[in-house]
Amino acid sequence: MGGTSQRNINLKLKVWRQKGANQQGHFEEYDAKGISTDASFLEMLDVVNQRLIKEGRDPISFDHDCREGICGSCSMVINGNPHGSERSTATCQLHMRKFNDGETVVIEPFRAKAFPVIKDLSVDRSALDQIIASGGYISVNTGNAPDANGLPVAKVDADQAFNAATCIGCGACVAACVNGSAMLFVGAKVAHLGLLPQGQPERNERVLAMMDKMQELGFGNCSNTGACAVSCPKDISFENIARMNREYAKASIKKRS
Amino acid sequence: MAILDGKVPPGPVAEKWTNHKFNMKLVNPANKRKFTLIVVGTGLAGASASATLAELGYNVKTFCIHESPRRAHSIAAQGGINAAKNYQNDGDSVHRLFYDTVKGGDFRARESNVHRLAEISPNIIDQCVAQGVPFAREYGGTLTNRSFGGAQVSRTFYARGQTGQQLLIGAYQAMMRQVHAGAVQLYTRREMLELVVVDGAARGIVVRNLSTGEVESHAADAVILATGGYGNVFYLSTNAKQSNATAVWRAHKKGAYFGNPCFTQIHPTCIPVSGDYQSKLTLMSESLRNDGRVWVPKNKDDKRSPEQIPDAERDYYLERVYPSFGNLAPRDVSSRQAKFRVDEGRGVGPSGQAVYLDFRDAIKRLGESVVSERYGNLFEMYEKITGENPYQLPMRIYPAVHYTMGGLWVDYNLMSNLPGLHVLGEANFSDHGANRLGASALMQGLADGYFVIPYTIGHYLASTALPKVTTDHDAFKAARADVDARTQRFMAIKGSRTVDDIHRELGQIMWEYVGMSRQETGLKTALEKIPKLREEFWQNIRVSGDATGTINEELEKAGRVADFLDLGELMARDALHRNESCGGHFREEYQTPDNEAQRDDEKFCYVAGWEWKGEGKPQELHKEPLTFENVKLATRSYK
Repeated sequence: MGGTSQRNINLKLKVWRQKGANQQGHFEEYDAKGISTDASFLEMLDVVNQRLIKEGRDPISFDHDCREGICGSCSMVINGNPHGSERSTATCQLHMRKFNDGETVVIEPFRAKAFPVIKDLSVDRSALDQIIASGGYISVNTGNAPDANGLPVAKVDADQAFNAATCIGCGACVAACVNGSAMLFVGAKVAHLGLLPQGQPERNERVLAMMDKMQELGFGNCSNTGACAVSCPKDISFENIARMNREYAKASIKKRS
Repeated sequence: MAILDGKVPPGPVAEKWTNHKFNMKLVNPANKRKFTLIVVGTGLAGASASATLAELGYNVKTFCIHESPRRAHSIAAQGGINAAKNYQNDGDSVHRLFYDTVKGGDFRARESNVHRLAEISPNIIDQCVAQGVPFAREYGGTLTNRSFGGAQVSRTFYARGQTGQQLLIGAYQAMMRQVHAGAVQLYTRREMLELVVVDGAARGIVVRNLSTGEVESHAADAVILATGGYGNVFYLSTNAKQSNATAVWRAHKKGAYFGNPCFTQIHPTCIPVSGDYQSKLTLMSESLRNDGRVWVPKNKDDKRSPEQIPDAERDYYLERVYPSFGNLAPRDVSSRQAKFRVDEGRGVGPSGQAVYLDFRDAIKRLGESVVSERYGNLFEMYEKITGENPYQLPMRIYPAVHYTMGGLWVDYNLMSNLPGLHVLGEANFSDHGANRLGASALMQGLADGYFVIPYTIGHYLASTALPKVTTDHDAFKAARADVDARTQRFMAIKGSRTVDDIHRELGQIMWEYVGMSRQETGLKTALEKIPKLREEFWQNIRVSGDATGTINEELEKAGRVADFLDLGELMARDALHRNESCGGHFREEYQTPDNEAQRDDEKFCYVAGWEWKGEGKPQELHKEPLTFENVKLATRSYK
């Protein structure tokens, strides 16, 4: 009842099933029949899961929550692309009108050394939280703040910082990267905080700590393919990585001198 | 029935909090590390409380159901956060924010709490800016504001349509800094399934590890619940799929009173339902009503495309009925007006269950680029979901369940009637009365977490004898046994209906009879249908998979829906007992000749606090009388 061109389609799904982190996974095939083109991709999976449950079978596990493209829970690779092939779109915002009747859709979890599979399409992305914990913040205790307008921020800086801050921490950049690197994620946080005057006191320590932590946790390095930015549902710019490399170099030199 | 004591401090309303802060006992810095506090939930309230309490020196154990604390549902709040900064020089003040909030809540909130909230609001903005929250700014570098419903000043701070995300990331980062410092122990993918009460005080929780199915016990000196609202009782709502009432409901079953459960907010601007596969509804921020105009065709069953309907044949009904607030009438009022228009047969779109939110005039006046700068991400979201371009065609919107003003009853110190159990944010009932104003949820969550609980919990800890309790205590063993028994019961049913199937049916009952407008016979019908559905649930659901070893989302959902069934019934009972209309609670029997809500201050000027009396027994009603000494009780008018 949404768009006037609503119709129903049938799909074949090839879905990665894996019982646990230490078990072998495999693809299984399912039919998704009579799916409304107004439904979201996750609602299509809901329909399949309801049928599996009624048949007494184990439904497909996948992470999801807000279904509005902002919580960053979605973690699936659709036909080879994290979040599917539509640009600037998280899986939950992908709608079935982008698929053709009779199409085969391959669904896998985000794959990266630092993201072990928990079950089926659910992966453990707590390494990203550990990177933030290592320095992705401004150290200011509650109650220490001066008046908010006491520190003017040029609109252009505020806007750029905002663009970087819209990262939803989904990890698609890591899944898209041949090296399993989290440099777009780290670069976005370094840019968000480093562009603001509030972020200056810890600027050098921040980039060093976050990069060291990223490497320690098994993420790879950047080889400039740009796949991360293409897969990003929030269009985090690839330039953030270049900025971070400059920041890192400067901070390293400062540390040595 | 007992009279509930909100423990409101004495003195003039504007001095209460200041005096109370001085009068409360303190825990000295060296002693703070001897106390362990449990925080459940990592949304705005939980993350800000965890960070601040850890900064003060307490040992904090923080729990969340998500795989990362940053995914809590506060992340999805769009429009903004109110604060009485008066940066716009347009006549705002602490007193005006206080006044607007009391009036907006239709005189069913505690004055003292609301005043404190307004007093604290400027500090929140300061704190967030210091953390690096990238609020919208003017070219001169100062912060900018926009207007929200129910206010005639511009006091809403925002970060495009992603304010909740930016505020939550600020609080999350502050908390992760404390995780790094070892002051917060973070437990992700844990669902609280029992509150543990020892000698009458909340002393711990039992949780299930959602990745492994293992059940764990955690002891503490006090427990803080910041687990959000219960809008998902309606199945379809703007809440995230995992948002649930289980933590507060299990606490209720251990003795915590439930306050005003029937006060539900139906948000006027959401994307309409498109089909029976629908899993949730998506909000379109109230901020859109700054520039969007709401209308329906004047003629019934007008099937023309909207751009072909000339202005003379359009009814801009909010501007017509509420000339002084216009499209920025409060949420409850706007939602009801949309329902009236649809009920008259003037709804639009294929289902007829929608009204238009039109940006044609704003685009003409401001240009597409300004409109895009203000609302670009919302327009994109709308287009992704509906396949229609709102720059060319008006949005189709309809009200949907969005927020719950009710929640666990708390006193002025945010402590429930159960000593040691503190409740923050949407999970408590405290500040919004019968209707929450837009951009006030974020304000309350952060006020509670950054600036209220850090003071009031110290007072509790310093003035209470808290003998050492470990998880070996019998109360923990009993709570774990209850968790295990419930799990086994779910797994053993092996019926033929899915948990979602029952949940959807509950949602239909709730929307039909306990939704936007309610009446006695309908509520009685709901009270017949819900117990029958509960029986069906306990006899005929099917939870597939294993209870332990790995993720079992069906088992998680079964526990939540079992609680929603009980809570839904209490909501209907509360709505039936409240023989008046106020805010989001609209009883058709009680309305003015022009269809506005008609309160009954003589009989219902109180908070309803419901006490659990055991399985199968109706809850007992207790009352906290409300007095209005600073904002005169008056009919709420936005005309």
